[in-house]
Amino acid sequence: MSPVDVGEAITRAHHEEWARVVATLTRHFGDLDVAEEAAAEAFATAVERWPADGVPPNPGGWLTTTARRKALDRIRRDNKRDDNQKQAQMMYDDPPDFLGAVDDERLRLIFTCCHPALASEARVALTLRMVGGLTVPEIARAFLVQEATMGQRITRAKAKIKAARIPYRVPSADDLPGRVSGVLAVLYLVFNEGYLASGPDTDPVRHDLTAEAIRLARLLRALMPGDGEVAGLLALMLLTEARRTARVSANGELVTLDEQDRGAWDAALVAEGHRLVRERLATGQAPGRYQILAAINAVHTSARDVRDTDWSQVVALYDQLFRLDPSPIVALNRAVAIAELDGPDVALGIVDRLQDELVDYHAYFAARADILRRLGRSEESRAAYDRAIALAGNTAETAYLTRRRDQLV
Amino acid sequence: MQYLVSVIDDTPNSATSDEMTDINAFNDGLQADGHWVFAGGLGAPSTATVIDGRGAEAMFTDGPFVETKEWLSGFWIIEAPDLDVALKLAAAGSKACNRRVEVRPFL
Repeated sequence: MSPVDVGEAITRAHHEEWARVVATLTRHFGDLDVAEEAAAEAFATAVERWPADGVPPNPGGWLTTTARRKALDRIRRDNKRDDNQKQAQMMYDDPPDFLGAVDDERLRLIFTCCHPALASEARVALTLRMVGGLTVPEIARAFLVQEATMGQRITRAKAKIKAARIPYRVPSADDLPGRVSGVLAVLYLVFNEGYLASGPDTDPVRHDLTAEAIRLARLLRALMPGDGEVAGLLALMLLTEARRTARVSANGELVTLDEQDRGAWDAALVAEGHRLVRERLATGQAPGRYQILAAINAVHTSARDVRDTDWSQVVALYDQLFRLDPSPIVALNRAVAIAELDGPDVALGIVDRLQDELVDYHAYFAARADILRRLGRSEESRAAYDRAIALAGNTAETAYLTRRRDQLV
Repeated sequence: MQYLVSVIDDTPNSATSDEMTDINAFNDGLQADGHWVFAGGLGAPSTATVIDGRGAEAMFTDGPFVETKEWLSGFWIIEAPDLDVALKLAAAGSKACNRRVEVRPFL
């Protein structure tokens, strides 16, 4: 095997096996810290040994065995396996029956990392480290914080899990919907930070983060194949990611949906997203938030030309979403679709009523500016563009809004 | 595993008789299910005395050690196998006493 092939085998094993190794060891030793360190050591050993010894026939098994040995070494070294250590072990139960035959340690790991008693930013960091296998410097770079700060955030979360005894467990049927939506919120946060990266010095789209969010959503989908919202979030991410390359122009400017080169969309991702949306529709079950958002994106990605967009379907889906989540942001997105269906004058009436609640939201002023521009009210449109530019954090979006403002007559 | 469930309050001695009825019912449930360790209500911060016994002679100072807008007005110590169980009990306790509560594990 060539060095390149061995390198690829290690990368693939890291993608496919990291979470399983950490999860298996956490169950075995009842300690996230021990599991994380031993998994990292096992992969470092693979990097040393596989080029000379060859890639083992069962890389996952090799890594788990090696990691277990490393963990035992550490425990012997620290002489930690006293009564205290046994008491501090994490509580785990066998997974409940309602998940069907799926018994996977990784599911426990995901629910523990996304526990509601942890701060949102700690859930994101811990999930990327423990489940995603990203290093602390990688996560720190992704969220533009100092490595030491990110390291402390993860250490503190692990310490709380241990001290407060957050269990290593798939939640019970009663708690499951709420806890799943907590996990999905973490993955969506990672995805959105990648898709609309904030900060003046970052790339406008961070493919590393969108790819990682999709990988984790695929994993969750494999572990919970019957959950509609898991399927919905994965479909939403795929249909959004499919448009990624068409979304920023060669000179770094945001390209809005109506101006995108639809031929540049990733047809395979679109097809996969559409399949998931159809699968959920076929169940006849009432869709949740992510499934409706995915369906809206399916309507957009079904139109070969923006003029073919079925806006009445988009508005109907936003109506449905608004009944589930009557938030001003949903109302704003619905108004943007109304502008296409019933005209910008009707949309402006809706948008005007949202101003008090969305006074700090850049997308509100961007939408308002566009509606006023179409109504020929240039002065008011200019003022709204100014406000949107001042509030926007994404470099490509700022460039787009600035050009639009400067083109006003 | 034991947890301290602190009741957060901003008005002294403000529990109503309806709240006391609910708290008593919640306490009965804790005892019946084996979660009860201890519980109690506390006097207002203005009734506190700070003692410094580190020197040759103990020093007594009137008032709480730090003035705050919110304080501990009562607490439960509960027995629970893990935080998920403790959080459920704390949520029921919060509803019963009609106050926010904080959960902390004992070491």
